Amino acid sequence: MTQLAFHTSRHEALALETPVLQARDVALRYPGQSRATIEGFDFALAPGETVSLLGSSGVGKSSLLRVLAGLQSPTSGTVTMNGAPLDGVHPRVAVAFQDPSLLPWLTLEKNVAFGLDFKHQPKQSRTESEARVEMAIREVGLTQSRRKFPAELSGGMAQRTALARCLARKPEILLLDEPFGALDEVTRTEMQHLLLKVVRDFRTAAILITHDIDEALLVSDRILLLGGAPASVIGEWRIDLPKPREDFIAELGAIRVDILSTLRDTAPRRAA
Amino acid sequence: MSMSWPTDSFTRAERRALAQPDRATGPAKPQWLTLGAWRNTALGAGGLLALLVLWWLGTDVLASPDGFIRHFSPTTAIPKLIVLLSGPDLPVHILVSLRRVLVGLGLALLVGVPLGLAIGSFQRLNSATSPAFQFLRMISPLSWMPIAVMVFGVGDDPIYFMLAFAAVWPIVLNTAEGVRRLQPAWLSLASSLAATRWETLWHVILPGVLGHVLTGLRLAIGIVWIVLVPCEMLGVSAGLGYFILDTRDRLAYSELMATVLMIGLLGFLLDAGARALYRLATRSHAA
Repeated sequence: MTQLAFHTSRHEALALETPVLQARDVALRYPGQSRATIEGFDFALAPGETVSLLGSSGVGKSSLLRVLAGLQSPTSGTVTMNGAPLDGVHPRVAVAFQDPSLLPWLTLEKNVAFGLDFKHQPKQSRTESEARVEMAIREVGLTQSRRKFPAELSGGMAQRTALARCLARKPEILLLDEPFGALDEVTRTEMQHLLLKVVRDFRTAAILITHDIDEALLVSDRILLLGGAPASVIGEWRIDLPKPREDFIAELGAIRVDILSTLRDTAPRRAA
Repeated sequence: MSMSWPTDSFTRAERRALAQPDRATGPAKPQWLTLGAWRNTALGAGGLLALLVLWWLGTDVLASPDGFIRHFSPTTAIPKLIVLLSGPDLPVHILVSLRRVLVGLGLALLVGVPLGLAIGSFQRLNSATSPAFQFLRMISPLSWMPIAVMVFGVGDDPIYFMLAFAAVWPIVLNTAEGVRRLQPAWLSLASSLAATRWETLWHVILPGVLGHVLTGLRLAIGIVWIVLVPCEMLGVSAGLGYFILDTRDRLAYSELMATVLMIGLLGFLLDAGARALYRLATRSHAA
């Protein structure tokens, strides 16, 4: 496994804390398929850490995220949250997909509040949930538009709304499945900065699924490169640079080259 | 590297406005205020007026002076309709008919929506029921009349049965189609929020298929209103269908024509109501 520099005391400190989310030897094999999608996935997410799962399309990133979110049980292995086995979707794990999944018949505000009063969510008073919704909408900068319907929102605004819906849950872990994949370059950069701010303000840990190396370099404390079939971690990089990182192009460039060469080296193995 | 932070990217309307700068003056008007909408309304009104003129020409101007058809002229039917509406009888018959329509549609919704949800959710159920429904759908509801009277007795019950039987198919088929067209992303969202089956049904599926249900309801209203009148000609003593036969038996031909006019008018209003309901329910979806 490739390891690169930029180790620091901060990361060692992170590693010592109890992981918020831990996967041990996770394998996933869909019924009727001869080959497993994921095999031997070991992973620990420290509190407040942002990790990118990087890999080409179809490598099994989204399946892996579904397992980590509790939406799908692994075929073997365990996933634990704060030491307890993850049994279904945890209320403090928030998931955002590439499709913002806004319900067109609800206003932005109602979309953000959606599900807060569901049975499996923690009980809270009406004023409490209203306050949370208002705070989440303010965090993503959409207070002005809170009474608009999804059809009146741009792609970036829709994705901000989806992020606010996650934040209203006060998540301990944010799971983001290529959330900015469908956005244009400028909006994407805005959203990456917003993500950095949200992670800082909410002190939440985050897992970001992406196939964009630059995105992973700009936002993560750690990058796991997935490859092979069945997919497993073929490379890991820790990046201890202050964020936002636009001033560290040279350092990031070195890691970028290393990621690309790891990908190239494993390509023949994948074909075999 | 310094980043410029645009506050937000463009909404669809703004993009449209940017693409066509000469049309980007002021906020977009609601659709009913645009010139095209006014023109369509005017054309529709003109068509109705032409129909009235044809009716008048055929039964009055061009009819022979002592022709029987003169009994059905708008010059007598329209004043008669106003007289009848202010009298005691016609309003009662109208209310009886409308009540039957409402009960029939209510029963059809009660059966049709859950059935449509089930059929839309399970492909096998769809395959199993599709030919049977096509078969049942093609049987004229009126052909059930003798059986309905034998089973439900004389009175309103067999009419409710026949109206519901006629109305249920468009509701079932449209609800099922609505379920098939639900966005998978909405269902993923519900499961990622740990929604129970009931919460998913109530908060995602039902609002998600509402537009399709209302489309089905509008088709059902059209069918029910057409089936209602012949249904009411058999074995009941109130309602617009009954009143048609009653006027014929009393040789009150201008009343007969006035009632025909009333049936058309009410049907027109019911359909307009159904369309308004659909627009109201889906107003937020349009960009």
